Amino acid sequence: MNYHSIAIAISIAVALASADAGAKDKSKSRPIPATTSPAAAEQKDAATAEFEKFREVMEDANPAELFEAKGEELWKEKRGPKQVALAETCDLGLGIGVVKGAYVQMPRYFADAGKVMDVERRLVWCMVEKQGFSAAEIAAHPFASETATPDQTSLVTYVAGLSRNMKISVPTDDPKVKEVYRLGKEVFAFRAGPYDFACATCHGETGLRIRMQQLPNLARKEEAIRSYQGWPGYRMTGGIMLTQQWRMNDCFRQQRFPEPKYVSDTVTALLTYLTANANGNMYKGPGIKR
Amino acid sequence: MADPMKIRAQMKGDICDIKILMSHPMETGQRKDSNGAVVPAHFIQTISIDLNGKRVIQGQTGTSVSRNPVFGFKVKGAKVGDKITVGWVDNKGDKRTDEATVQ
Repeated sequence: MNYHSIAIAISIAVALASADAGAKDKSKSRPIPATTSPAAAEQKDAATAEFEKFREVMEDANPAELFEAKGEELWKEKRGPKQVALAETCDLGLGIGVVKGAYVQMPRYFADAGKVMDVERRLVWCMVEKQGFSAAEIAAHPFASETATPDQTSLVTYVAGLSRNMKISVPTDDPKVKEVYRLGKEVFAFRAGPYDFACATCHGETGLRIRMQQLPNLARKEEAIRSYQGWPGYRMTGGIMLTQQWRMNDCFRQQRFPEPKYVSDTVTALLTYLTANANGNMYKGPGIKR
Repeated sequence: MADPMKIRAQMKGDICDIKILMSHPMETGQRKDSNGAVVPAHFIQTISIDLNGKRVIQGQTGTSVSRNPVFGFKVKGAKVGDKITVGWVDNKGDKRTDEATVQ
């Protein structure tokens, strides 16, 4: 025997809270009612900073990596009724099969589809057009739940992972992208629903907040990155992987708008607006969320 | 067949820092689905870590561990290039073994 191996620490099981525990924690972590006093504002910043610290520690052990691995498999495997691999047929804007850096250069215009598309929309388009999957079936369960993660969610996570530490550069010089950007700006400011809400109601002004949550002004270049960073993200409450498309759906829900169609023009327009506003910032890759 | 684990083993001084990410639903058996039926318990029961074929860590886990759990360990006596083998077995008898090299 040439050495003794001694285990000096056993099972530091990092408790990524289970569904039930997570829900309880959420209410516990927000005991302070929303006020506008400076003290509360400071406390809010401290809470955000604490979570930032946690996020840093978790960055090299983010369960999102499991979905990246799954997505890579799905990207390379021959699948669907037509039995082809996305890696051999799907163009994410940089050529067929090229994934590296594609995430931060989308949404962009795709001549074959005749539309500006964000990453998730493009991947779904490829799954339908190239692999022969049914669009209706994909749209029936578009986002992850506690029991299942749709293939496109894993694929988005994989594509996003290969743009880690790259600069966001949506091709805004393209007139087609410009047109969709303009539409997105309108969607952002469009007031509707029973509360007469728009995205801009909460995200069009600097320094607003809801309870403990700071609200970034997404119309400002410096703050727009906050709508982009951390997506797709692994949400610890429930332990599920969620994409930016899901987040946009949730924004619509929060505004009491009708639910948008999955991978619709409207959501792409909104994503184009938000992402282009964040152009030039560094993307850190799939994130981890409360 | 379970999805692969992600294993990172890195030397920090004379201590090897191992981080393991497992893909597992970790159902407690106490949750109900949308129809009100109990979701059967499904969780990892034992985990083991071998260093060059020699068992260095062995443990039991239960339902209090989260879905897609992350485990962190520190092991003495490893060196760069050593082989780390991690295995788990769950209560349904599913198992998974993955390997990594110490860096």
